[in-house]
Amino acid sequence: MSEAGSALATQFDDLEQQHDAATLGMWIFLVTEIMFFGGLFAGYAVYRSMYPQAFAAGSRLCEIALGAINTAVLISSSLTMALAVRAAQTGRRLAIVALLVATMLLGAAFLGIKFVEYGHKYAEHLIPGSGFTYTGPYAQQVQLFVCFYFAMTGLHALHMVIGIGLLAVMAVLAARGRFTPAHYSPLEVAGLYWHFVDLVWIFLFPLLYLVDLHK
Amino acid sequence: MSEPTENYLNAGYGLKSWLLTTDHKRIALLYLISITLLFFVGGALAGLIRVNLLTPQGLLVGAETYNRLFTMHGLIMIFFFLIPSIPAVLGNFLVPMMIGARDLAFPRLNLLSWYLFVGGSLLAIVSAVTGGVDTGWTFYTPYSTTYSNSHVLPMAAGIFITGFSSILTGLNFIVTIHTMRAPGLTWFRLPLFLWSLYATSIIFILGTPVIAITLALVGLERIFGVGIFNPGLGGDPVLFQHLFWFYSHPAVYVMILPAMGVVSEIIPCFARKRIFGYSFVAFSSVAIAVLGFLVWGHHLFVSGQSIYAGMVFSFLSFLVAIPSAIKVFNWTATLYKGSIAFDTPMLYAFGFIGLFTIGGLTGLFVASLAVDVHVHDTYFVVAHFHYIMVGGAVMGYLGGIHYWWPKISGRLYPEAWARLSAVVIFLGFNLTFFPQFLLGYLGMPRRYHAYPPEFQVLHVMSTAGSTILGFGYLMPLVYLLWSLKYGALAGSNPWGATGLEWRTPSPPPTEDFEHTPVVAEEAYAYSGEEAEQHV
Repeated sequence: MSEAGSALATQFDDLEQQHDAATLGMWIFLVTEIMFFGGLFAGYAVYRSMYPQAFAAGSRLCEIALGAINTAVLISSSLTMALAVRAAQTGRRLAIVALLVATMLLGAAFLGIKFVEYGHKYAEHLIPGSGFTYTGPYAQQVQLFVCFYFAMTGLHALHMVIGIGLLAVMAVLAARGRFTPAHYSPLEVAGLYWHFVDLVWIFLFPLLYLVDLHK
Repeated sequence: MSEPTENYLNAGYGLKSWLLTTDHKRIALLYLISITLLFFVGGALAGLIRVNLLTPQGLLVGAETYNRLFTMHGLIMIFFFLIPSIPAVLGNFLVPMMIGARDLAFPRLNLLSWYLFVGGSLLAIVSAVTGGVDTGWTFYTPYSTTYSNSHVLPMAAGIFITGFSSILTGLNFIVTIHTMRAPGLTWFRLPLFLWSLYATSIIFILGTPVIAITLALVGLERIFGVGIFNPGLGGDPVLFQHLFWFYSHPAVYVMILPAMGVVSEIIPCFARKRIFGYSFVAFSSVAIAVLGFLVWGHHLFVSGQSIYAGMVFSFLSFLVAIPSAIKVFNWTATLYKGSIAFDTPMLYAFGFIGLFTIGGLTGLFVASLAVDVHVHDTYFVVAHFHYIMVGGAVMGYLGGIHYWWPKISGRLYPEAWARLSAVVIFLGFNLTFFPQFLLGYLGMPRRYHAYPPEFQVLHVMSTAGSTILGFGYLMPLVYLLWSLKYGALAGSNPWGATGLEWRTPSPPPTEDFEHTPVVAEEAYAYSGEEAEQHV
């Protein structure tokens, strides 16, 4: 079986059709992801407009420095991801693997920093629920903010974990030489997902960390 | 005629060849079996509800159990039968065949969607047998978060998981229709069934994730005791209603749009005429999907929503009547001077048009602000949405099952029994639900296990009708199964229909077509001469 033949699934006529289907499929999946996160963003928007002071107070509980570092880490990971796809287009197998590993390491660094932040929240009794303690005004509404903080960053972190797993599979496939300049759609599609997860963070960071900064 | 030698049914007999199949036709049958089981579970619950309402004090059960009965009936019928029904069964079977492809774009995702559906259904059944849910199918907060002692979490998790099966189905359909059409099959030569499934898929893609995150938030609130929807802790229960109906109103169109697509296939075939106004019928499907996302607030007219928002939502809800009426008028115009054959699928299609029209027009009553205040949460609403969901969606589903049964099974069903079933279902349906319009208008609230004695006559009529309806639904189950063994061989095109799916043997081979078909004409190219041959 030729190389193109082994990469082509039986329901498709040629690699181009298969590539179009894979790419369109991922874009549509990302639309569902936007709607999925969109429900949380809508809830956040409603409560922020109802309780602006409490959301500002809640935002002060976030550690801007760690959030900013994480933003830089994630943007760098998007760069290495894009370079990995570029390496596939130019047929440099080792470069694909190296860049994918770099992307995964940056993703893991992001999760590590996030974990530290969660640890601080835990130590300060800021986990929503019966153990939540906050002494300032609007304690209930600040708890609501923290709820959204954990729901949104937690859902994002879950997507990061899935993304790292996905990239691990891609790295193995790349090491086995499964991607060629003619056929690299799985890698490109995984890249689309990674960039999307990155982009969600670009929205989360100002919405959660920087609410009160302009004063 | 000899038995076709090689087809998708005899391509392998082991359990593994079914449970690990990626053939869209086999996955359609897996769905058919699963949702048929769930349909009869949901139907049995409806039967218990109707028996209980025979007497004013409630014949069988107390208020607590009754709450669980109608909640489980609604949840199973909506999330585990109606939403997957036509897309997952007929859509999975027909989308690749109607466009001349060998399979859907992502066959393994398709199989995964069935497993997600089964997993979600099992969670729902676990929730049911351990005591059920008593919040109403709408999960309104704070019932579902603070006050309910029932099994909300497994049920919400089941719906969450099943939602992903819908998303995968919708994604697969959109990608397949975009990228895998046979040579010559332009967008405006597509069968209208595919336009309606495309519109349905848009709703799956845009709506389902929102109900998923909403139910996840309900779960979060129940598990951690936080107050996202709890006013005592700063939350807003009406926000839940907004998020819930943002999906759940479009979900009504998930149920009705595919049925409209089925009717658009059946009517030209049995009237032997081209569809009247093809592009209007096609675009009206898209219009319904789009408008469907802008009307959710008509469920919140009495929930403390601003009166101006209510006026806008009322106006937008009226707009939905336009594309719906376009369809009904175009079907009627197709029938005009047609050579009409009263075969079973056509009887179901006629039933659909009549019942959908009543359901749709009463939808305008409840979309009017002032009238809604009177009939809100009464049996009028119950009757209205059953005319759409049962009179519309289920009639369309059964019409489609009959129309494509020869293609699916390779056998003809007994025509006389099938026509009888269509008539019995139509009569039973109307006897069940028309009295409920009267009950609601007279002030009988929904979800009550007891009622004032003056309503008893209408309730007894409704229960009598539901018994007839139940028998009507059992009939196809029996004779369709019978036909698998004893039915006459169907041949590739028993109706003399146009459409690529009829150009391949029944049952079709695993790869659908021996040679990729080439399309050279529009859909529904029926002619008068053919009509005479058909007689």
